Amino acid sequence: MFKKTEAFNWIPHHSTPHTFPHYAGKILLPHEIPPEHIEELTKTSVLTRVPSIIKKQCRRCGNQKPHLFGHLPHAKCQQDCLYCRNCIQMGRVIECEPLYIGSPECFWPAWENALAWAGELTPSQQQAADEIADLVKTGSGEKLVWAVCGAGKTEMLFPGIALGLAEGKRVCLATPRIDVVRELFPRLQRAFPAIEVQALHGESEKTGDGQLIIATTHQLLRFAHAFDVIVIDEVDAFPFHNDPSLHFAAKRAGKPDAARIYLTATPRNQEKRRIRSKQLPVVFIPKRFHGHPLPVPKLTLSFNLSRYLKKNELPAAILNLIKKPRDRQLLIFLSSISLTSGLRGFLASKGVVTEQVHAGDEDRKEKVERFRNKEIDILLTTTILERGVTFPSVDVFVIDAGHEVFDEAALVQIAGRAGRSPDDPKGDVIFFHSGKTNAMLDAYDLIRKMNRLGQKQ
Amino acid sequence: MRCFICHQEIIPEVNWANVWKIDAKQTCCSECLSLFENINPGCPKCGRPSVEEICFDCVRWGRDKEDPLEKNISLFRYNDFAKDWVARWKYRGDYELIYSIAPQVKKVWREAGWNYSVVAVPLSEERLSERGFNQSEALIRTLDKEPLHLLERQGSEKQSKKRRTERMAAANPFKLKKTIHQPVVLVDDIYTTGTTVRHIATLLKENGCPKVYSFTLFR
Ligand SMILES: [Zn+2]
Ligand SMILES: [Zn+2]
Ligand SMILES: [Zn+2]
Repeated sequence: MFKKTEAFNWIPHHSTPHTFPHYAGKILLPHEIPPEHIEELTKTSVLTRVPSIIKKQCRRCGNQKPHLFGHLPHAKCQQDCLYCRNCIQMGRVIECEPLYIGSPECFWPAWENALAWAGELTPSQQQAADEIADLVKTGSGEKLVWAVCGAGKTEMLFPGIALGLAEGKRVCLATPRIDVVRELFPRLQRAFPAIEVQALHGESEKTGDGQLIIATTHQLLRFAHAFDVIVIDEVDAFPFHNDPSLHFAAKRAGKPDAARIYLTATPRNQEKRRIRSKQLPVVFIPKRFHGHPLPVPKLTLSFNLSRYLKKNELPAAILNLIKKPRDRQLLIFLSSISLTSGLRGFLASKGVVTEQVHAGDEDRKEKVERFRNKEIDILLTTTILERGVTFPSVDVFVIDAGHEVFDEAALVQIAGRAGRSPDDPKGDVIFFHSGKTNAMLDAYDLIRKMNRLGQKQ
Repeated sequence: MRCFICHQEIIPEVNWANVWKIDAKQTCCSECLSLFENINPGCPKCGRPSVEEICFDCVRWGRDKEDPLEKNISLFRYNDFAKDWVARWKYRGDYELIYSIAPQVKKVWREAGWNYSVVAVPLSEERLSERGFNQSEALIRTLDKEPLHLLERQGSEKQSKKRRTERMAAANPFKLKKTIHQPVVLVDDIYTTGTTVRHIATLLKENGCPKVYSFTLFR
């Protein structure tokens, strides 16, 4: 998972457990600790002071890029001080102030039979769940869970989490998107009702002192050697994929002997290479929990598509397909925000009522909810809805599927929106394009390959 | 060159109009820059956007007695993007963010043609140690000027929490350390109701300053 080896030997190690869970395995700025407690906590080694920026590297986020450091004529020390601009959203790391590391050795209770979930796992889910639980037991290792969209990966984690909690371990599930944290939190809390599950994200008020935490991957920047079990969801997704500081944080947040579990439906080349060279153990779940195959996308050529899109219009063939009466709702993926509003206007002029969402849309949550409640028939969206959201019965169109925003992973995820429910396991997936791209062909091949593997099981 | 807001590499656009000027330093990408909203023309007195004549607020300020403030010039509207920008710059303390709009700040300052001394708005010790810098002084440095320190704070500065009317009635939170007998410009990041600059302007004018202007980033 990580290209460079980072030793993290600056993180102190203590063997005597303390009773301050809100400092356990935390990285704190001086002003985040009540000043009257700092001395006592440092003396008893609950907290340890370490330099914050060393050899031009920020210790909180791992940033080493010169353009992501700034200089500040610092009123406090009257010097020109270096600070990290990369992780500034979590408060300023500045070279003249230390960081405080909370000793990870904290007392956590052992929870017998914490799992209240009584559902049943499919054989392939069970296989993965067993392998995850084995890793939780032994610690010190990695496992990639390569599961198709709709495999039911959350449930596969339950037995492993339960085992960890039974051994008094601390567990973190990190996922890139805040929506997914919000969606998984109640499910996790219901599965483990005796434990206070904590949800951490940029807008939450929690301090991160829980034994079982669900967090955005960004929040891992606050932890050092905190967790015995760390699950990283959607390792291929933005922003985790491509942000070296999140990889740095994910590595550091786990203890040196942690069990590390990565989840993905669409591994990137980096993971595929490590799988091929047998450095990264993998478990496949090629089958959806309801047992039906993944809908295979249809690649439909549309001449002069970009000429139409430039005018915010659609060729008659696509328009007619959109207008055609259908049993399911329709999700239409587009390459840009301006296109979602442009085509919404065009469709309205043709008598087709639609709604649109994008990342910056303040009403996104509400519109997605209305679509889920079937108050909206057709939803135009950017790639923001490519993953994490589930609708029971939709057809999916990608218009201009050759556009660079639709890479292999995105297209597989988008196709994976269809056929999620056992009541309606099918769904039409159509990629409209003006020339096939490698991304489209790779996505197509991967989906077919998974279906073949699934059939064998 | 990279954008000081989003860190993207800036690819300068070359066309006939700017072909000789492309090495002029760009510090903000066109996408980020487009999210700021210019104020023009706005109230000729305080720069309030979306009006063209002296606005209601300014009329009210000058109704009972003479308005202590001569004129305010602001660069941009205080929209959501500007609010995020200010939160990152001032409250998170990302000092270098000011470089992103330094060229615009300098341009508007040149156009104002105010050849006066520049007075900094002081922060309390507490705020200063939290943030590590004074935003008013940071702006003045961006203008390549030396700030005059004529004032100090008294009492707390949690004024943004209070309501407008309370704020207007509140006692002057500033004290004068030194008097000045020339026109001055106050420099600050946000002009909200104009109360802060008028508190200071009143003090200065009562003590011999003939004219007080203000220069602010957001309005
Ligand atoms: Zn940093
Ligand atoms: Zn300093
Ligand atoms: Zn930018």
